[in-house]
Amino acid sequence: MNHWPFIIAAYGVTIAGVLGLSVVSWRAMRSAEARADAMKRDR
Amino acid sequence: MHIFANPARFLSIARPATPWLFWTGLVVLLAGCACGLFLTPADYLQGDSVRILYVHVPAAWLGMGGWSGIAIAAIMQMVWRHPLAAIAGRAIAVPGALFTAICLASGSIWGRPTWGTWWEWDGRMTSMLVLLFLYIGYIALARASAASGQSGGVSRVTAIFALVGAVNLPIINRSVVWWNSLHQGPSITMRGSTIDMAILWPLGLTLLGFTFWFAAIVLMRMRAILAETKVEARMQRMARDAAVGERVPA
Repeated sequence: MNHWPFIIAAYGVTIAGVLGLSVVSWRAMRSAEARADAMKRDR
Repeated sequence: MHIFANPARFLSIARPATPWLFWTGLVVLLAGCACGLFLTPADYLQGDSVRILYVHVPAAWLGMGGWSGIAIAAIMQMVWRHPLAAIAGRAIAVPGALFTAICLASGSIWGRPTWGTWWEWDGRMTSMLVLLFLYIGYIALARASAASGQSGGVSRVTAIFALVGAVNLPIINRSVVWWNSLHQGPSITMRGSTIDMAILWPLGLTLLGFTFWFAAIVLMRMRAILAETKVEARMQRMARDAAVGERVPA
């Protein structure tokens, strides 16, 4: 049995999951901090 | 830990630490994966599928480590009323659940060529699946308590749930000893490793890389929760001021 498709699938799932969550978390952080900064400026 | 009780002081450390952890983690992780995929030899029994070890084991450790962090945060919240503990618990939950899911998925993929099956209801896999369900329950409880005005944190019930759920951690750890399992026994313990160093060494790199990434994601999520809490508090203050202004006769 060729093991490489299984290896590629395992690494693919891992990298896609972690990279996806990193991007989502980074965007959520940037937008939340931008809203907080804008509110501070408007004070 | 009390030194970080002030959110401003915490942010002054978290802001520079976030990109540093992310980019260092990425470099170390890529190096570890490349070494694991192309430099180490295939296992004499499992063949090339042993290379899944370099993502599966860090995912398992971080899935369990995440819940340990949530349980410690719950203790700090309930005993010392640390203002950032509950926020840290909320921030850890989603990456912890993700790494647990990755552990289950990569383990299932690894099981097919090694054991001839995608899944087996044995102690290790079932207790790890229970951990994923615990994470989902914690995330739901934390969201509900945040929606009911816990100023970014989690309710006492959520913290107690985190502590009760920690009972599952030693069960996961000892499951391969207590019950017959397709899963191999403990191969990395305090006394050393049964895995040959020729295969083992890139694991340190991927473990470090994933840990840095986990920490970077937790910091990003904590910063987002803190910023949202600040906006919410400001809006509530504005609404209160407006209501008071309407009541004052002209």
